[in-house]
Amino acid sequence: MTMKASTRQVDGVTIVDLSGRITLGEGSVVLRDTVKDLLSKGQKKILLNLGDVSYIDSSGIGELVSAFTSVRNQGGELKLLHLTKKVHDLLQITKLYTVFDVKDDEAAAIGAYNK
Amino acid sequence: MTAPQRVSYRLQSTLESVNQAEGKAEQMAAQAGFPEEVRGGISMAVREGMINAVLHGNHYDPHKSVNLTFEQNGPALVVTITDEGQGFEPEEVPDPLAPENLLKDSGRGIFLMRTFMDEVRFRKMNSGTEITMIKRLQTEGSDLDRQEASK
Repeated sequence: MTMKASTRQVDGVTIVDLSGRITLGEGSVVLRDTVKDLLSKGQKKILLNLGDVSYIDSSGIGELVSAFTSVRNQGGELKLLHLTKKVHDLLQITKLYTVFDVKDDEAAAIGAYNK
Repeated sequence: MTAPQRVSYRLQSTLESVNQAEGKAEQMAAQAGFPEEVRGGISMAVREGMINAVLHGNHYDPHKSVNLTFEQNGPALVVTITDEGQGFEPEEVPDPLAPENLLKDSGRGIFLMRTFMDEVRFRKMNSGTEITMIKRLQTEGSDLDRQEASK
């Protein structure tokens, strides 16, 4: 299954709804290009909705980290929303769960961005 | 005791091969009787081993291939992945859990392989690297079996 990304705006936050697999190749590239595109447009409050992401490999983890640091380096904030158990466990194992700001509720996530 | 079952594949150095190997791993782990949550870890370890071989070993070189072998040996599933690359020193790969490496965008593959498998070994060949990964089926009698086998 390939990865799809669609974006929507809520209260100045760009929510990226991702679905499929974030893996080496297409999945990682879609994520990278989406975040790059948002940053180029000055959209620096980004919420990645991973609720429909079924699988992430080491390359996908690397892409999430890369997105996080790119956004942060430009003075923005990137948060994660709705992790599946598989993705949650993987972030725990790799000690990245506490690095990312992970949210379970969309409204609460949007409210957590710096105004 | 059933005889060891062995199946081998010679794969091209492509992303498609990585995906195929992941699917085969899931299939072999199911046949071997591993529960679903363990199968996911095995197929991920195989995926990471294949990425290591195809990307870091063979650099997607169409003239180089990857050998993938699954062997079911009693309660153990043994996976071997061999590339034709320059080889590397696994001990020199930085610890991805170290605070200074947490925000690196690569270097987690070997760690994931070691996390999900019981044993992971690397062997430098004349041309390339061989990765052997072992996952043992946990059965009620497995500890006893191991004690018997070590006598």
